[in-house]
Amino acid sequence: MKLNGLAAALAAAILCAPQAHAQIEIQWWHSMGGQLGEALNELANKFNGEQKDYKIVTSYKGSYPESMTAAIAAFRAGQAPHMLQVFEVGTATMMAAKGAVKPVYQLMKEQGEPFDPKAYLATVTGYYSDAQGNMLSLPFNSSTALFYIDRNKFKQAGLPPVPPKTWKELLAVAEKLKAAGQSCVYTTGWPSWVHVENFSAWHNLPIGTKQNGMAGLDTQFTINSPAHVKHIEMLADMAKRGLFTYAGRTNQADSRFAAGECAMATISAGALGNVIKTGKTDWQISVLPYHDDVKGAPQNSIIGGASLWVMSGRKPEEYKGVARFMSFLSRPEVQMDWHVKTGYVPITQAAFDLTKKSGFYDKNPGRDMAVRQLTNKAPTENSKGLRFGNFVQGRTVIEEELESAFAGRKTAKAALDDAVKRGNEILRQFEAANK
Amino acid sequence: MENRVVFRSAWLPYALVAPQIAITLIFFFWPAAQAVWYSFQLQDAFGLKSQFVGLQNFVTLFSDPHYLNSFRVTAVFSVSVAVLALAASLLLALMADRVVRGAMGYKTLLIWPYAVAPAVAGVLYAFLFAPSIGIVTYALKGWFGIEWNWLLDGEQAMLLVVMAAVWNHVSYNFVFFLAGLQAIPRSLIEAAAIDGAGPARRFWTVVFPLLSPTTFFLLVINVVYAFFGTFGLIDATTQGGPGQDTQILVYKVYHDGVKAADLGGSSAQSVILMLIVIALTVVQFRFIERRVQY
Repeated sequence: MKLNGLAAALAAAILCAPQAHAQIEIQWWHSMGGQLGEALNELANKFNGEQKDYKIVTSYKGSYPESMTAAIAAFRAGQAPHMLQVFEVGTATMMAAKGAVKPVYQLMKEQGEPFDPKAYLATVTGYYSDAQGNMLSLPFNSSTALFYIDRNKFKQAGLPPVPPKTWKELLAVAEKLKAAGQSCVYTTGWPSWVHVENFSAWHNLPIGTKQNGMAGLDTQFTINSPAHVKHIEMLADMAKRGLFTYAGRTNQADSRFAAGECAMATISAGALGNVIKTGKTDWQISVLPYHDDVKGAPQNSIIGGASLWVMSGRKPEEYKGVARFMSFLSRPEVQMDWHVKTGYVPITQAAFDLTKKSGFYDKNPGRDMAVRQLTNKAPTENSKGLRFGNFVQGRTVIEEELESAFAGRKTAKAALDDAVKRGNEILRQFEAANK
Repeated sequence: MENRVVFRSAWLPYALVAPQIAITLIFFFWPAAQAVWYSFQLQDAFGLKSQFVGLQNFVTLFSDPHYLNSFRVTAVFSVSVAVLALAASLLLALMADRVVRGAMGYKTLLIWPYAVAPAVAGVLYAFLFAPSIGIVTYALKGWFGIEWNWLLDGEQAMLLVVMAAVWNHVSYNFVFFLAGLQAIPRSLIEAAAIDGAGPARRFWTVVFPLLSPTTFFLLVINVVYAFFGTFGLIDATTQGGPGQDTQILVYKVYHDGVKAADLGGSSAQSVILMLIVIALTVVQFRFIERRVQY
């Protein structure tokens, strides 16, 4: 308790100092490390330079789960930041925390900032809007899963250097690459995000009932459908035959592809910067492969990344600054700058058009692939996103079961059945805690 | 007999132990009591709504086969780590005790790994044994034709974390064993030698029994280390995977509580963990200590 008092006194001392300039500080906690962190700080500096009333203070709080945990702890101690960057799987937890967050649409209305949800890409906003279509958080860094190939490897195997379009084609190419002595033929990052979540959206299959959980907490997973089982079965079989190299649960596949170890990979659009910087591949990016026997495929893919949440309990004049910063972030030229620098998707149509007009995509072929894949078709109930309570735990469950299937310890059917069963238990628990 | 110092003052002894008691109360009993309290509740991540659910968190845990499996994983892990770390360090201590020339150098080198934090040890091993780029992986494949991929092979993953944990803890045991060995009167060993006992016989009938207090102490410490101290190491290497093959109890507490924000479930697990460690310590002191000769 004494420590708390000391910390409060310290915080008060720090907060009082800049008040001489009558500038209001806005705390922004984020998880962008390295090059991405620099780009984020540039955004804040630009805003701080443009006006004198507010100062955005950025703090790097570690990985996504770490900064979310830090914010939760800070909220419990009554010292939450104004803005918090939360990754997509934390969305449902934030949404259920009514009273802890201030919905963005409400903030913008209260502060009289112009705000048109339709200006943002539908696949991006869908993820962060409630059932009535109100945007609860501001999309910030959005990516999607893309398909990368290394043309050098294709040429060495005597194959035409074009990315296969369907999984059937990919399988045929994989066999030839393997026969030509390629040891890592295909790998993937984020197995659940790519092979369950994006796989479902891309094939217009539900991930869960109630519009993938968007229409209510009483949702259930549906990822053990015959199409899902068939897909995971195919991957497990590829793993057995040495055509698919499992790299881990997060982004470990990025560096394997970038280092020129693998011929094909399904990894995040955000990995491109790394691939270019490493410079060991003759890379080409394309849309995700699909199964041509599934009706309606390909649909559109869903996003990954994070959005900005506004925490509750701050003064109105501070919220004014937050609202103005959010308007700033949505400006086409600011978005374009962020998109070009980081590889994340521009979140507004205007920013995408502006980037197109600037000739960036002509000079950098493939950089528009993520947006094109996200907007391939008008999103359906199955492809506009997902919202599952405690999905951090849920995703871990899915990944554990996928590992069992890939290692051949369980059949694909048994693994996905177990994933559904265990996942549903987590959903029920979340429902009970947030009644 | 017992040599007791008696305080004349009525309050001085209490004042002297007060800081220790205060630390124990604040840093152990308070959080422990809170964990017990939370374990009966169902709470959302932000603590906005909480409801008393009685023993429901415990019922959920024990009806979850994966939680029960975590017990098996923890048992395999702790026993392997404790036995291997004790055996290896005892062997090293015996060797180091016999060395005459350069003894200081050997001893220093053997103590070094303890200066490496478990999380760092985990990172080191993760690099050495990385499935595609690790040096050891490369050697295993090149020389022995062993496919090393602990990302999918649960047994290899377990082997990896056990090795890293043992390596990290051997030094600690080594220091104690060495000190224990040096405290054994040379006359006893010499007498045994004169009676015609060989080195192996001398070890089992003289040295090992006399070392038993040290061994017992280290056994307790090693089990506690395997239960709690290895958390950072697991987080830096397997993160409990593949599947849940290296998910020891303490790691699951962390994952469910910190990453997944399930405070009730996580608290219930810490309460169970607390009970296990209390039970283990009681068993060790009541049954094993009786066989220890001081």
